[in-house]
Formats: sequence, C-alpha cells, structure tokens
Amino acid sequence: MYSFDIQRPTSVADAVAALGTDEALPLGGGQTLIPTLKQRLSAPSVLVSLTGIADIKGVCTADDGALCIGGGTTHATVAREASSYPGLAALAGNIGDPAVRNRGTIGGSVANNDPSACYPAAVLASGATVVTNNRSIAADDYFQGMFATALDEGEIVTEVRFPVPEKSCYMKFEQPASRFALVGVFVAKYADGVRVAVTGASEDGVFRWTEAEEALSANFAPEAVDGLSVSGDGMISDLHGSGAYRAHLVGVMTKRAVAAAS
Amino acid sequence: MTKVTMTVNGKSVSGDVKGNTLLTDFLRDDLRLTGTHVGCDTSQCGACVVHVNGEAVKSCTMFAAEADGAEVKTIEGMANADGSLNVIQQAFQEHHGLQCGFCTPGMVMSAAALLKENPKPSEAEVRDYLEGNICRCTGYHNIVKAIMAASGQDVAAVAAE
Ligand SMILES: Cc1cc2nc3c(=O)[nH]c(=O)nc-3n(C[C@H](O)[C@H](O)[C@H](O)COP(=O)(O)OP(=O)(O)OC[C@H]3O[C@@H](n4cnc5c(N)ncnc54)[C@H](O)[C@@H]3O)c2cc1C
Ligand code: FES
Ligand code: FES
Repeated sequence: MYSFDIQRPTSVADAVAALGTDEALPLGGGQTLIPTLKQRLSAPSVLVSLTGIADIKGVCTADDGALCIGGGTTHATVAREASSYPGLAALAGNIGDPAVRNRGTIGGSVANNDPSACYPAAVLASGATVVTNNRSIAADDYFQGMFATALDEGEIVTEVRFPVPEKSCYMKFEQPASRFALVGVFVAKYADGVRVAVTGASEDGVFRWTEAEEALSANFAPEAVDGLSVSGDGMISDLHGSGAYRAHLVGVMTKRAVAAAS
Repeated sequence: MTKVTMTVNGKSVSGDVKGNTLLTDFLRDDLRLTGTHVGCDTSQCGACVVHVNGEAVKSCTMFAAEADGAEVKTIEGMANADGSLNVIQQAFQEHHGLQCGFCTPGMVMSAAALLKENPKPSEAEVRDYLEGNICRCTGYHNIVKAIMAASGQDVAAVAAE
C-alpha cells in the first residue's frame, strides 16, 4: 500500500469536510477498498473512515413504511434487523462470509457498484432511494454502469430507503471461487407491479429486465417467464461463464426467485 | 503516525501506527502475537480472523487505527485461565481438526464466534459459517466434527470418516 493518513470523524459534516480535498476517499468497511489499496490500484492521501459515525448506522422504519438503512450499516446488521423485508435480509446474510459481513457496509457496496455485487440488485428492484449528505437519488438514476454511479466525489451515502414489497426474493448463482454473483436476480412484487433487477450478468452493470417485469406483473408465476430471453450480447464473458451462459441463467434465476418469493 | 490504544486479550496496549498499518501487522509485528496468521493477505482465507468488540473480522482487512479503543481477542487469549486448552481448542486436538495447523487460529476464532451466536449449530450451519475459512489440509470434515463436539453435540453421525 502507498502511505496515507486515516481520519475518524464522528459526524457526517466532519466527514464531508475531511473529504473536501482531492485525494481523500471515504472508507466504509474496507472489504473492497483495502484489497484495492493493497494492489496499489488506488492512492488516496487521506482515508476518511465512516465507521465512527453513529448517525449513519442502523435499520429503522419510516412513517410511510419504507425500510431505512444507514449507509454505514454492516451486512450482518441488515441480515439480523431487516426482518420487515425478508428478501433483503436474506440477501445481506449471504454476502461473502461472516467476517466480511461484520465489516462490509451497504453504503460501500452501492458506492462501489461492482457489476457482480448483490445489493445493487435489491436497490434497483425495490425502486429504492439512495440518500447522500446533500440529496436523494432514485435507484433508476443512481446506477450508471460498471463501477459507475451518480455520486460526486466526496459525496457520502448516508441512507438507503427501500419501499417494502408484498413478496420478494433474491436468487444468486454463485461464482464458485469468489462467491460473488455469477448471475443474481432480485424480484420484488409491489401492489402496482413487479420489478426485476439483474446483477453479475451485464457489462453495463446491474439492469432491469423490463420484459419479465411486464409478464410477471400480469401473472406472478414462474411460467410467465417461459419464452422470454435476454440476449448474450453485452453480457460479461469470462472463464467462469460465457455471455450466452449468463444470459440463460438470467431466465433460470428469475424463475427460481418467483417460485421462492415470500 | 497515530497513537492507538486498545485492549488485547484483556490487557491494555498502545502503540504508534501508520495510516496503512493493518491490524494483523500491529498484532504480529508490534505486539509479537504471531498466533494470528496471514495466509492470503487478500481477504479470502480467514487465517487472520480475530474478534473485535466480540465480532469475527479478518484482521488483514482492517486498519489498526480503526481498532483504537476496541476490545480485541486473538488465539493467544483463547486458552483457559490455567493455561489449558479451551473447549474448542481441545476438541480440535481430540478430533484431529488440524494437520499443518496454519488455518487453525482463524478456524478456532470463527468457531468461537459461531458458538456464541448459535450454541448448538447443525452441521450445515457450521459449514456455512466457515465459508470464509480455508483449510488446505484436512478436507474440513474433522474441523466440522471438532466444532460440533465443542458445542456438546454428538459427532458420530457427522460427515464422512
Ligand atoms: C471475501 C469477500 C467476499 C465478498 N462477497 C461478496 C458477495 O458475495 N456479494 C457482494 O455484493 N459483495 C461481496 N463482497 C464485497 C463486500 O460486500 C464489501 O463489503 C462491499 O462491496 C464494500 O463495502 P465496504 O463497506 O467494505 O466498502 P469499502 O471497501 O470501505 O469501500 C468501497 C468503495 O466505496 C466507497 N465508500 C464506502 N462507504 C461509502 C459511503 N457510505 N458513501 C460513499 N462512498 C463510500 C469507498 O471510498 C470505496 O471506493 C465480498 C468481499 C470479500 C472480501
Ligand atoms: S490473511 Fe486475512 S483473509 Fe487471508
Ligand atoms: S490444517 Fe493445514 S491449512 Fe488447515
């Protein structure tokens, strides 16, 4: 690792101030950033640790029923406490392994927007809102391609607000070495329609499978997806699976998610 | 350099660390607690697992500065007060839960965290919890057996011999 200083502010305002210089980066749970720093793929002069900010940790329910998760909340806490949204709690409880879940945070995951990460699928399928230190961003505007988001430099994810669906399920086909999603599909059924978001598959990062959404909104059953397919063009192709294989898995995992949704 | 103070295995310790000093490096190089191992240094293998404020974490993937004020427990703090092996360590010995022993400190720390959360885990729960702890020797069966035994459960039926 290159050398840098670590600051540990205790309020969002102090963290934003500390991030005011060009070469400062926020540090969430470090489960992605620390390996990146070790490979010298990133060279900040200051890391601003968010782990000491109590205001951005924890799970609560808003007056409108939405589940609000602080940006600094660990995956383990979400798995334990997001019981009003079982599909989301199950997703969090299956990220990485227990030690990763004890440090990694939802804010870090959505800020990173890894094309194979789990949370982006839940955020997009729920039509959630990403709240930062200075604005609220709808999920449909937030994700902007592999590792790209609407966040500005130094902007901190302070909360993610999830409307709670009637039924939901995340089905992850694990890449056997990393256990990230080779393909992951999150299906969420709301009173006004079904949303389906796919991670792990596309070179453009997480996306909505709108054809399946329409079919499932008319008939929420695995058979509704029969005959629908996504194209293998633009799908990630690597030693773990070709683009065509991933495209096929999108259909399979969508059906499984619908069948298991609760 | 930043001064950090933390409680490690019940004793208050302090030291000066750089921003990029990992918790593993502070434990191993500064405190000479070399029981915590570094297998991969890429957050995959779990040989470096310690407890920070009671939770299992990979100490190669946390900065020492972030453990300032924390309560840290390492494998050196696991034995009983009289120096004898604790119930998990004893079970690893009895059930041949180790061969080269490199992964064992992390395995024991993960097992302790699991049994605190779930005192009577099923075999599947043990295997699931150990997802981030890699062993290149044992094939895991005897590790799972040892943890089941440490939880006071019958191990005769566990996995293959
Ligand atoms: C062994 C292993 C297995 C894993 N498996 C999975 C998996 O199956 N599925 C999965 O989805 N992920 C997986 N991960 C990644 C894990 O979920 C990370 O915790 C997560 O991607 C990043 O969160 P973090 O809090 O650790 O962020 P960090 O690593 O601290 O930061 C990541 C990036 O986000 C920025 N950042 C952090 N917090 C914020 C914030 N609040 N606001 C704005 N920017 C911020 C940082 O500057 C950095 O650029 C795995 C990681 C490991 C090591
Ligand atoms: S050395 Fe920390 S996970 Fe391998
Ligand atoms: S006993 Fe050798 S790595 Fe586990």
